[in-house]
Amino acid sequence: MQLKKPKPIRRLLTAATSTLLASTAQQVVAVEKTPWQVDSAFLYYSEKDRVTVYEPVVAVRKETGDDEFIGVRLVLDSMTGASPNGAIPTDSPQTFTAPSGASSYSIPAGETPLDTSFHDTRAAISAEWEVPLDERLKAVFGGNFSKEYDYTSLGLDATFSWDLNQRNTTLTTGLSVSQDQINPVGGVPTGLTSVPTVVGVQKSTQGGDESKDIMGLLLGVTQVVGPKTLLQFNYTFADEQGYLTDPYKLLSVLDNSGQLRASDPYVYEKRPDSRQRQALYAKGMHQFGDDVLHASYRYYWDDWGVTSHTYDLRYRYELAGGRHYLQPHLRYYLQDKADFYHYSLDDNNIPAYASADYRLGDMSTTTIGLKYGLVLGESHEFGARLESMQQKAEGDAPFEDNTAVIFQLNYSFLF
Amino acid sequence: MKMISLMLLLSFVLGGCSNMGVQPWQRGHLAKQKMQLDAYPVDAFLDDHIYFSKESSSGGAGVGGGGCGCN
Repeated sequence: MQLKKPKPIRRLLTAATSTLLASTAQQVVAVEKTPWQVDSAFLYYSEKDRVTVYEPVVAVRKETGDDEFIGVRLVLDSMTGASPNGAIPTDSPQTFTAPSGASSYSIPAGETPLDTSFHDTRAAISAEWEVPLDERLKAVFGGNFSKEYDYTSLGLDATFSWDLNQRNTTLTTGLSVSQDQINPVGGVPTGLTSVPTVVGVQKSTQGGDESKDIMGLLLGVTQVVGPKTLLQFNYTFADEQGYLTDPYKLLSVLDNSGQLRASDPYVYEKRPDSRQRQALYAKGMHQFGDDVLHASYRYYWDDWGVTSHTYDLRYRYELAGGRHYLQPHLRYYLQDKADFYHYSLDDNNIPAYASADYRLGDMSTTTIGLKYGLVLGESHEFGARLESMQQKAEGDAPFEDNTAVIFQLNYSFLF
Repeated sequence: MKMISLMLLLSFVLGGCSNMGVQPWQRGHLAKQKMQLDAYPVDAFLDDHIYFSKESSSGGAGVGGGGCGCN
């Protein structure tokens, strides 16, 4: 009698585990009507003396077939408060006309000019469909739409993930397109023309609305390194074409003596009408005992001259019993300015493009926070996090710090 | 030059990957929700929204996003 050549034990175990997992999953799907997974959150974001945002989010997701899911997310974003208009503080009080041209606001001497007419509500909906195309190939198709008073955005995306190497390596590629429409209050100001300083005087406009088109691409690899370690590497590219200027931002124009020039002291900002953004991103996750460490780094660069480093660390510390956890969070962001960023302009040298928006300047953001989580059951969890964010100038431009408090409540359950 | 560096990096990563990984029966930890890359998608969405609005960089972790006037 000839004995069969024994199969390697590893292959047998693989087959047994796969069969076991597959049959269990099928039984669960067949026996139970799958519930909706509901993730809800409420975000409170408040800057010192500036913007306050209240943002409720509800996301639902359901398995509709074998490894096939649908999901919908609704977001409401309510903003009030004041936003820096780009002008610099001066030794004497300043008066600005609001974007509508129908009213004005005054800023005391020595204070950063903030536009107090700023308030908006944004509603956004997005939907996705996750579907297996093959045993090893998964696709996610998504769409999103958002609307605020002066801004509308419509986008579509598709992501494909391909498992290799016994599902230890996953290659991902994603593509997104979106079109945004902007209808600024009072029309689209012509870039670098003077800002009216008297209520009722019309600004120079280039029409009532503008648009921009964005195309995004992602290439990524996810690798299982060991039973407790995962690594992810991504490269992303985005091409933006169209109106990329902020229609509400201005710059101060100074004369030879360093004072605001006597006539037309402010001009509207103007940015280039195309931008190519690129980023390299790496994320690692490792489990220490029951705790989990998340660490990520991103290097970003674009053809506006902006480069940045982002470091993010989270450590999920399991408390006794495994039902509660604390998660400290540390994030540090360091940015080099755009080529056309100017704190203020020189009367004798007005460039082709200019913006005094501090978000395009040399700056850093530091975030420190703590999240508490209470696990109540499978997919049933409560969470609360409190964070402090500080943005400050890192170059020659002496813009004021921006500090904010972030508070968020989460509740997830099956329905 | 950047593309060549990227291709080299990718080939090292993929080359190294064939020696890494676990067997299916070693996936107990990796299967837990807390070890998923997108374990808390709503947290990630809200963070992206905050930093997209307050900084000049975007991308890296995913495609799309944004879609706001963001003052």
